[in-house]
Amino acid sequence: MSEQPILKVERLSQTYPTAAGPITVLHEVSFSLSAGESLAILGPSGSGKTTLLGLSAGLDRPSGGEVYIAGEALGGLGEDERARVRNQQVGFVFQNFQLIPTLTALENVLVPLELRGESGREGEARALLDRVGLGAREGHYPIQLSGGEQQRVALARAFINTPKILFCDEPTGNLDGATSNAMVELIFGLNREAGTTLVLVTHDLELAKKCGRVLRLRDGKVVD
Amino acid sequence: MNFILKMAWRDSRTSRRRLALVSLSIVLGVAALVAIGSFSANLRHTIDVQAKSLLGADLAVNSRSAISPEAQAFLAGLGGEQASEVSFASMVVFPSAGNQTRLVTVRGLMGGYPFYGEVKTSPLGAMARLPQGDVVVVEETLLRQFGLKVGDPLKLGEKVFSIAAGLEQLPGDSAAVATLSPRVLVGLGALADTGLLKRGSLVRYREYFKFGPEVDSQALVAQQRERFRELRLDVDTVEDRRRELGQALQNVQGFLSLVGFVALVLGAIGVASAVHVYVRQKITTVAVLRCLGASAWQSFAVYLVQGLALGFGGALAGAAVGVAVQLGLPPLVRGLLPFDVEFFVAWAAVGRGLAAGVLVGGLFTLLPLLAVRRVSPLVAIRSAFAERTGTGDPLRWAVFAAIGLAVAGFAVWQTQRWSWGLGFAGALAVSFGLLAAAARGVAWAARRWLPKRLPYVVRQGVANLHRPNNRTVLLLLSLGLGTFLLLTLTLSRETLLSQIRSTEGGARPNLLFFDIQDDQFTPLEALLAAQGAPTLASAPIVTMRLLSLKGRKIEALLKDNTVGIPSWALRREYRSTYRGALSSTETLVAGRFTGRVSGGGMEVDNTAGGNGVVNEAVIPISMEEKLARDMQLGLGDEVEFDVQGVPLKTRIESVRRVDWRRMSPNFFVLFPEGVLEGAPKFFVVATRAADAAESARLQQAVVAAFPNVSALDLALVLKTLDGIFEKVQYVVQFMSLFTVATGLIVLVGAVATGRFQRIQETVLLRTLGASRAQLVQIQLVENTVLGVLGALVGGGLAYGANAALAVWVFKAPVILPLAPLLGAVVVVTGVTVATGWWSGRGITRHPPLEVLRQEA
Repeated sequence: MSEQPILKVERLSQTYPTAAGPITVLHEVSFSLSAGESLAILGPSGSGKTTLLGLSAGLDRPSGGEVYIAGEALGGLGEDERARVRNQQVGFVFQNFQLIPTLTALENVLVPLELRGESGREGEARALLDRVGLGAREGHYPIQLSGGEQQRVALARAFINTPKILFCDEPTGNLDGATSNAMVELIFGLNREAGTTLVLVTHDLELAKKCGRVLRLRDGKVVD
Repeated sequence: MNFILKMAWRDSRTSRRRLALVSLSIVLGVAALVAIGSFSANLRHTIDVQAKSLLGADLAVNSRSAISPEAQAFLAGLGGEQASEVSFASMVVFPSAGNQTRLVTVRGLMGGYPFYGEVKTSPLGAMARLPQGDVVVVEETLLRQFGLKVGDPLKLGEKVFSIAAGLEQLPGDSAAVATLSPRVLVGLGALADTGLLKRGSLVRYREYFKFGPEVDSQALVAQQRERFRELRLDVDTVEDRRRELGQALQNVQGFLSLVGFVALVLGAIGVASAVHVYVRQKITTVAVLRCLGASAWQSFAVYLVQGLALGFGGALAGAAVGVAVQLGLPPLVRGLLPFDVEFFVAWAAVGRGLAAGVLVGGLFTLLPLLAVRRVSPLVAIRSAFAERTGTGDPLRWAVFAAIGLAVAGFAVWQTQRWSWGLGFAGALAVSFGLLAAAARGVAWAARRWLPKRLPYVVRQGVANLHRPNNRTVLLLLSLGLGTFLLLTLTLSRETLLSQIRSTEGGARPNLLFFDIQDDQFTPLEALLAAQGAPTLASAPIVTMRLLSLKGRKIEALLKDNTVGIPSWALRREYRSTYRGALSSTETLVAGRFTGRVSGGGMEVDNTAGGNGVVNEAVIPISMEEKLARDMQLGLGDEVEFDVQGVPLKTRIESVRRVDWRRMSPNFFVLFPEGVLEGAPKFFVVATRAADAAESARLQQAVVAAFPNVSALDLALVLKTLDGIFEKVQYVVQFMSLFTVATGLIVLVGAVATGRFQRIQETVLLRTLGASRAQLVQIQLVENTVLGVLGALVGGGLAYGANAALAVWVFKAPVILPLAPLLGAVVVVTGVTVATGWWSGRGITRHPPLEVLRQEA
């Protein structure tokens, strides 16, 4: 009996209505990932990378096809049920960090747990902040942190709920070279330690090569 | 729930000052409601506690003619302690003040009135001296006005009295009554010596009763109702007075609460607008929360909690301010109330104000908050935000409906009338709609027609009126509404006063002498002519009462509750005249006016034995159109009068419209010549005085020669009306200021909430090389344009509303004075520019990078 994939994407399409007629930004994309696997989605701007990531993570409903996370089909779920799936199974790292500006570093890390109604896990959050090298900055607000530090807080937040899949959208896109390398080491290191499946959208070929698999997109279609 | 509260608290960290500022928008609206509600509760309590002192007795019986022996016997049979009063208007002369004269209300008292409540005189105890017959108690304001002191003489008719005290308060009378006609109290027994109670004088007779605790005066009145009507006596009980005052209070409270409510709604719109900007700034946070697994409800609830806290905080602060304002109300309304008010905080009113604040603030806040439900988590990975709230959201429509219901419900509750409440809600919606439409029109016009030749700072400042997230609608709404309320008030006052002033213009009469006896008429005319003030109009007056209408006896009509004719019209004493032609204040609207009848009418037997009718022909009369309508009479209907004991049959042959506003002798019923000449009569004479000094001189000369003759000076009427207006306007202006101040707070809130966006633009402009002076000028242009437009739009609405009031309510010519509008433009613009500058200060002072890091 083969192992059930953590993420399964079947014939996924997305079409948006526009004044000039419908535009298909994603055309019948399929792939599946098992636990611990990593996938880099490569492609030029406007190729549909971010749309594929968003649909795979259940951020929106596709026009066609289906997404399964840990065996659960997202298509039949409502908005709030998909939010539950994200909270339990998914972690995110965004290109522009997306920390909540009004929360401290520690509070940002704790948000996914608090959303579940879990309290008293500050120790784990602090350990994660220590792990990303920001143990001393837990009381700082995003505005008081550099871009690299903000992205490391975002990484700690992504791992706090021990997700089955980590979605990273251009995680080094807003970072300089040295900071970027350190960030990549952290992502892959944590990924290995937690056995998380990794889906990574990037322009960076070097970064893509670190992933086990690469999916190339052009005009919404898989080209490789 | 824990997460929601925690997140709501944490998320508000960097915005708490801004949110607190926004919550201030509803503070004044709630404060107004709490202050009015609590003060009204104070008044109600006072009315209940001091009910008996409102009348000064358990029962008062009034009559416009001397109480007949039959009625006196009936009243004596009612039991209890009885006191009498005879009151009438008369001139008094102050010999120690250069013989100056003044029209007053003389009240001759006998017995223990007032039985309840306290008469306040200075010095105290003067009332006990009235029965001596040689002293009077005079309105305190008169003493001050004429520089009089206790012991000074006062001439009333033919008798000189000594002033025993100044009158400060008499149970049942308000200071406003005293302003209309100052009171002079005198012992009833001394009135005969004045020679003023001559036939034809307009005298009111009152009998007061004090019953033992076993007598229910209300039940007694109900039991004897028929008898009172038969005797044409009007009764007034404590309960009647309490009901009348309660109703008046309800009306005033309703009106003032609605003014306060306008401030609340305006503030709530300000809150909603600020929350709209706030929510837009929070979209990314919401999207991130959604990515991290927050449900639509959870993320909505985070901001709903903030919105409700905002409303509750504002309402709570408003309640505190309201209680403080309540402390300031008693001196403001003291002169308008017939009693002293006991001050206490009415917690029920505070609760109602709080509830109104939370409900209205909450409902308006819901509108922008609903957008949070529809924020897509995709926004976290896509910078472009596609707002998905639109006209299709059913909850949005439900909130609109709830707001409509809340506004209309509140208005109906306050006015206690469906039509008024719904009318208010409709008028509010129309005003808001017109102001919002004007604002959108302005924004559209600014985009469409802004000349490119204008300097850059002007173009940028004006362009701010139509750019995305502009404040044009909100600010024109708040500034315009404030201007509208205050200016309407000013214009209404101006309309009414100018209408009265217009009656004074040219060679029209401005001084009226009345109560002139038959034998005084010719010498008085001669005296006036000698003084250089010839008679401009005069009329004989014959008093009469109704006997029957269309064959039905008045007593029967008074008993019949189904006829629908107001009882005052049936019971009153008619003061009619006879003339050969219509006067300049009259217009014939139906029938044919007969100016003279010959060989008919009433001839009077002046011999001992009394009057008698020689000829019983039906007399053609002319009736005033409104009275005819009230009495359900038309052309050809027969009306029988009792002319001082003589029955006289008449038929309505014409109906007239009378311009009552003109200072001429005007009458309900006009007889032709040849009928009433022989009847006992007195005269009224109208003349014109060039100025106040001549008017005073004429009055002194007339009163010296004819002590029973009274004078009414148009200037005095104007001054009195203006005084009353001033008091009322003071109160209403005080309430309207809540709206204006709310508008300013909304302005500050709007600047504060738009600060982030403004900083981004400013920083960009500075980066591109704009000087600080240029940035300040752009702000100045934008706020000046907003201020001018707010004043013009609000002013336009005020002129429209005033024109509507003038045409349909005041029936006066429409006036369009420019000075108030110019004043409004200057003041509103100045205040807007100053407030905008104050709340936006600092934005342009810092280097771009520093500002960006602070505000990010």
